[in-house]
Amino acid sequence: MAKSPKKAPARKTATKKAPAKKQTATTNPESEEFALRNLQKALEAKRHYDASDEELMEFYEQMLLIRRFEERAGQLYGLGLIGGFCHLYIGQEAVAVGLQSALDGDKDSVITGYRDHGHMLAYGIDPKVIMAELTGRQAGISKGKGGSMHMFSTEHKFYGGHGIVGAQVALGGGLALAHQYNEDGGLCLAYFGDGAANQGQVYETFNMAALWNLPIVFVVENNGYAMGTAVKRSSAETEFYRRGTAFRIPGMDVNGMDVLEVRAAAEIAMDYVRQGGGPVLMELNTYRYRGHSMSDPAKYRSREEVQDVREKSDPIEGAKKVLLERGVSEDKLKEIDKAIKARVAEAADFAESSPEPAPSELYTDVLVGEY
Amino acid sequence: MSGSQTKKKPQQGADGERRLNMIEAINDALDVMMERDENVVVFGEDAGYFGGVFRCTAGLQEKYGKSRAFDAPISECGIMGVAVGMGAYGLRPVPEIQFADYIYPGYDQIVSEAARLRYRSAGEFTSPITIRSPYGGGIFGGQTHSQSPEALFTHISGVKTVIPSTPHDAKGLLIAAIEDNDPVLFFEPKRIYNGPFEGYYDKPAAAWRSHPDSATPEGYYRIELGKANVVREGEALTVLAYGTMVHVAKKVCEEKGVDAEVIDLRSLVPLDIDTIEASVEKTGKCLIVHEASRTSGFGAELSALVQERCFYHLEAPIERVTGFDTPYPHSLEWAYFPGPVRIGQAIDRLLQE
Ligand SMILES: Cc1ncc(C[n+]2csc(CCOP(=O)(O)OP(=O)(O)O)c2C)c(N)n1
Ligand SMILES: [Mg+2]
Repeated sequence: MAKSPKKAPARKTATKKAPAKKQTATTNPESEEFALRNLQKALEAKRHYDASDEELMEFYEQMLLIRRFEERAGQLYGLGLIGGFCHLYIGQEAVAVGLQSALDGDKDSVITGYRDHGHMLAYGIDPKVIMAELTGRQAGISKGKGGSMHMFSTEHKFYGGHGIVGAQVALGGGLALAHQYNEDGGLCLAYFGDGAANQGQVYETFNMAALWNLPIVFVVENNGYAMGTAVKRSSAETEFYRRGTAFRIPGMDVNGMDVLEVRAAAEIAMDYVRQGGGPVLMELNTYRYRGHSMSDPAKYRSREEVQDVREKSDPIEGAKKVLLERGVSEDKLKEIDKAIKARVAEAADFAESSPEPAPSELYTDVLVGEY
Repeated sequence: MSGSQTKKKPQQGADGERRLNMIEAINDALDVMMERDENVVVFGEDAGYFGGVFRCTAGLQEKYGKSRAFDAPISECGIMGVAVGMGAYGLRPVPEIQFADYIYPGYDQIVSEAARLRYRSAGEFTSPITIRSPYGGGIFGGQTHSQSPEALFTHISGVKTVIPSTPHDAKGLLIAAIEDNDPVLFFEPKRIYNGPFEGYYDKPAAAWRSHPDSATPEGYYRIELGKANVVREGEALTVLAYGTMVHVAKKVCEEKGVDAEVIDLRSLVPLDIDTIEASVEKTGKCLIVHEASRTSGFGAELSALVQERCFYHLEAPIERVTGFDTPYPHSLEWAYFPGPVRIGQAIDRLLQE
């Protein structure tokens, strides 16, 4: 470091004691192994968040907004209005909604990969400026310069949207270090995929995060595939939540198709981090319904496989069922769907009609000038 | 259900020639070399079972088995390092980096290990590896799917850098690269995988089938690394290009009716400087075209060499038409791409001198 830090970071190291004799390692709270599993134990003790009717309705609306937005983005892509690479979040909605609903919006930061539309929508960012970024227009949230994969929002402490697989994990480590350094009480939520979990820099970051006791929640969104490659073809350890064990990072294995379980798990993880416990690694088991990107015919899996997940564990249908059980009427839900469709249609119109950036924008926000 | 689809039958042209697109030609070269030499091993992200995102490795796992054509995790640094070890032990690895934009995590292994192993072991060990990677723009890929990083490699002593511009050349050059005992960066211009793009994004793209250089003979043949190809003869000026830009430059010269000589470099390192020198001595004028950004791009090296070798023959300042010194943009792609308009203007400037 060029200059000395203004304050010494408050780095607490967990006290490590030898296991007591008679208890087994997994039941003895003193044991290291227990420490690595106790968050999972807490989740197993209470798998579902007690959402109020309003909260559950909000989760439902957010997930539905993401789904309808993504469906529309897919259509705009088909019409040639969105070019290049566009990765849809359909199927994974409960992950971003459940996790981000537990954040402290003023303090915490979020960073993710290129499959980022859902994370932005889960923040309540206006779908218009997100869609306009997809179509590469001046009014887009990153002035049309980032596109689908690269979107940012300082207002929401959303640090992107990153196209290089795995890179965001190390950046997340840096965000967490800055939270710690500033003693601002915030934490970083760093998302990455099952494929990204095989990048070396992920483990370099795990080590630093544990060594420096950084306030970070690592989130593997395990959707079963990295592009055309199923998890088992590329990963020696397919239980991703275990991958922090060697760094003494506790892991959590979470059903990412159930928004209430995701939220319950998020609270356990975030409480632990906020109390100075250091990093947590969450594996969110989920599924993407669409191809990897718009140009992927998804020939590496069967239709039945996709259909099966849709029928049995769709996150939106799941939330809908609970709402109906709680007495919300079908009519009310239809009304919501209609309103969301209207918002998405408005976003699409906006994204189609906004102008492209001026050619001079090529030379803004970049170091080197023309000579 | 099988992810790894078998290859389609090669097309026959009207003339009875065997016609392939660039993807098929690359696949064919890999097939020929795997057949000939059991030390040739192909691997990469999605490259085994799935056959590659551009399908360049399709059918190879079915034919040669999982030990010779396999999937790698998303671990570019590891992929490159493993390839160096395999090569040192006598294999001929042909790793695929899915897009050239993802090569940077493996850059350290290429520069510090692959490029230098022969030198620092005084020739005892070599790195006979061929790193295949699609590169270049024109596909709406934005900053992480469009880059042309060739100059980052031409700057490194110890690695060769090869860029084909036709299916015929892709096959012959790839075979020569695999047989080479030094590490070769084999950059594949993905914009012309399926057809020779001539710079007009608003016109339908042609297919390779109708291009003479899609004729790709069966079996083994090689094109020596370091031999340029004069794709158009002329007296008025020399145009130096490689990859996609060969087709764009050639088209502009045809349309303008300019008596230009267009040279497809085919290999940047080693460079066929003699062919370049002979041409510029004849024409007295030189235009260099590449997609990569300008500052410290390979055009800078070409320009310096032409100046050193042909100074007294030059009748005008050397011109460069390149990408701008900015990241590859998401919108405004065609303002960035060194297309027919900018190439045409540079030709006009040269011819006015
Ligand atoms: C360094 C790097 N290597 C390869 C790629 C190409 N690539 C983009 S997405 C992807 C698959 C990633 O899968 P995963 O991490 O599981 O995320 P998912 O797409 O399933 O959300 C690959 C290989 C890339 N963008 N960056
Ligand atoms: Mg995945």
